[in-house]
Amino acid sequence: MRVKHHPILGEDKRKENVTIVVDGKKIKAIEGEPIAAALMAAGIRVFRKTPKKNQPRGVFCAIGRCTDCVMTVNGIPNVRTCVTLVEDGMVIETQKGLGKWRESR
Amino acid sequence: MKKTQVAIIGAGPAGLAAAIEVARAGGEVTLLDENHKPGGQLFKQIHKFFGSREHRAGTRGFRIGEKLLEDTEKLGVKVLLDSPVYSIFKDFVIGYISDGREKAIQAERIILATGASENALAFPGCTLPGVMGAGAAQTMINVHRVLPGKKIIMVGSGNVGLIVSYQLLQAGADVIALIEAAAEIGGYGVHASKIRRAGVPIYTSYTIQEVIGKNSVEGAVIVGLDEKWKPIKGTEKLIEADTVCIAVGLSPLAELAWLAGCEFAFVPSLGGHVPKHDRNMETTIKGLYAAGDLTGIEEASSAMEEGRLAGIACAESLGLYSKEEARDLKEKVWARLNTLRTGPFGKKRRDAKDKLIEMMEGGADIG
Ligand SMILES: Cc1cc2nc3c(=O)[nH]c(=O)nc-3n(C[C@H](O)[C@H](O)[C@H](O)COP(=O)(O)OP(=O)(O)OC[C@H]3O[C@@H](n4cnc5c(N)ncnc54)[C@H](O)[C@@H]3O)c2cc1C
Ligand code: FES
Repeated sequence: MRVKHHPILGEDKRKENVTIVVDGKKIKAIEGEPIAAALMAAGIRVFRKTPKKNQPRGVFCAIGRCTDCVMTVNGIPNVRTCVTLVEDGMVIETQKGLGKWRESR
Repeated sequence: MKKTQVAIIGAGPAGLAAAIEVARAGGEVTLLDENHKPGGQLFKQIHKFFGSREHRAGTRGFRIGEKLLEDTEKLGVKVLLDSPVYSIFKDFVIGYISDGREKAIQAERIILATGASENALAFPGCTLPGVMGAGAAQTMINVHRVLPGKKIIMVGSGNVGLIVSYQLLQAGADVIALIEAAAEIGGYGVHASKIRRAGVPIYTSYTIQEVIGKNSVEGAVIVGLDEKWKPIKGTEKLIEADTVCIAVGLSPLAELAWLAGCEFAFVPSLGGHVPKHDRNMETTIKGLYAAGDLTGIEEASSAMEEGRLAGIACAESLGLYSKEEARDLKEKVWARLNTLRTGPFGKKRRDAKDKLIEMMEGGADIG
């Protein structure tokens, strides 16, 4: 959910002006925001599954320190989505384990 | 190889303040930060700051940040963004990554201002999506303007826990419980009464036993603690929630100081291992300075003052200030720092800092 109105920061005037594809589904996002913010705004919380026990993981630190939020972005695995900004047409996948590099990048 | 007179690593309040001081003295500065934007943790701090008028008390953190950026720009500080520094080599060669490539820059002096990272807490379910740092939630709501959840449990009642609880309310979330293991609230009374007035239930002598949920947080079991911090049977409560924020302290981000070979001291009240430094913020390595959370967890106001000290001392060592000029400037900063480090919380930090500085002058180790 986005914070549109805020008593101190005021109105958020930015527009959802780009589209990203998350696990095959199109999602609207704001240019310049991190991937994790766009996913959180869309209610997506599971970003990857762990290699051994297949457990879900999501955002933990939001400042690029913990690597809990890594996903496969445009075919590149282990991208920290909390510090990587969205781009129009970006293809994002929930990462399974350590992920795989895709040939057709 | 690229060269610079003074390299500053980390563009948070400490690094920005240091850069301004060096540049104001006529030094040439390169400021490196791994983020897309400078400011460190300052732009998520939308609350009013404490302190005296000189500390711009009553001004909100992000406004102070805007002023710092304006000054760095005016003074012509070179800022390298998206540039994580991965090591400091011999002769002050700094290795960093930019555009996916390895780069290097050599400096005559280095000021480290890398800040801190949030501590985690281990309990069953602590890895479930929806369990996150309180600072992470703060970043999401105040910088990216996205709510991490609607029903939030905050764990920890230090200033970060209290401030972020209030900011979550401001952003439109429901903070349904604030849990504190100690018998008393950890942070400032002013912050605590604000969230109490807002109707947030505060559970002191409680801890989180486990977080439940299939793919993400669905609730948490909290449990009362006795005087020995042992769980009391029968006091368990299940609270429905979609997010659990952890605010149990920060640890200095000291990797670069370790890599550079600084001597460290272990000071629990400053957040753990911190590089030893003197009253000029110079570490055990000549020409290498440190400031801000890296040298002990405090707050943005003291981080800025420490950055100023490091900047002035660094300029002095380069001959940009005479001894007298530098002494006068530094004395003013120390006076302000000392007023920040008063009260029950500040006093503890001041004592710890004094001991740390004594150690540089050959004093005893801190237990
Ligand atoms: C998420 C979070 C939220 C916080 N919220 C509050 C709050 O609400 N109120 C409060 O009083 N205190 C808060 N704090 C404490 C806060 O650390 C201080 O208030 C203050 O920001 C410290 O300033 P600093 O300049 O030392 O560090 P920071 O502001 O953390 O700045 C350090 C900068 O260095 C960069 N950096 C680190 N390592 C490298 C590297 N290797 N290469 C390049 N760049 C690097 C970091 O990305 C960052 O931009 C918070 C801390 C965190 C981590
Ligand atoms: S959430 Fe920690 S690195 Fe992204």
